[in-house]
Amino acid sequence: MTEPLVFYLLAFLVIASALAVVTVRNIFHCALFLIFCLFSIAGIYVMLFAEFVAVVQVLLYVGAVAILMIFAIMLTSRLAGHDVQMSNEQVFIGGFLSLIMVYGLVWSLSNTFFRISDEAPAVNTPLAIGKSLMTDFVLPFELVSVILLAAMIGAIVIARREGN
Amino acid sequence: MQLMHYLSLAAILFSIGFFGVVTRRNAIAILMSLELMFNAVNINLIAFNRYVTPGDLLGQIFAIFVIVIAAAEAVVGLSIVILIYRHWRGIDVDRINLMKW
Repeated sequence: MTEPLVFYLLAFLVIASALAVVTVRNIFHCALFLIFCLFSIAGIYVMLFAEFVAVVQVLLYVGAVAILMIFAIMLTSRLAGHDVQMSNEQVFIGGFLSLIMVYGLVWSLSNTFFRISDEAPAVNTPLAIGKSLMTDFVLPFELVSVILLAAMIGAIVIARREGN
Repeated sequence: MQLMHYLSLAAILFSIGFFGVVTRRNAIAILMSLELMFNAVNINLIAFNRYVTPGDLLGQIFAIFVIVIAAAEAVVGLSIVILIYRHWRGIDVDRINLMKW
């Protein structure tokens, strides 16, 4: 009985804060709404029995990516607090296309048959995920660590001031 | 809850992110909208994992890889934004049209 209630509450929070992210004029408030949205999505993951992904979401998105965004905003916006124009002239056609996209996606999804399994969801997922990351997925796992290293070095090289 | 609810939520979230990408002028706001789209994809992956193949964890592992790659993307994107800011004294993407014809 409480599951639909919790789902609709979380879905409302996700959609409302996502709308705030794309419409609010102050970029700093956008970042705060983004953090709120990411937290609500972590709640959605918990509802889907993916507790490890929820923890990774909070650690990596809220803890790293969103804080990085806030740092970048503080480094770049001279105009924070000023009433700058935040949207371009494509608002109406963009909104129209987005509504068409929602309609098309929901229509095609509701006309597709997915074979729903009656199996119980896996328990103790962090253990199972750790085991398969170290056995079946060890090559992608190592590749991702190389990509992270490359991104880190690339970010340092790109953002470094030239000349010193 | 049915699978359809989660898929609809992901579709709405993806479209909101798309709206942000095409309408925002600030490059950092565009990156934030991209993160919304990544999260919509992750909700799809985990919902399918929960309802279609609950026994194995392929969807969750794939979602973790998506999150990690998104973090790498955000790092490189934001450093490019900072570099653009140094050159143009602003990150309004409508003014950065050097590579448009």
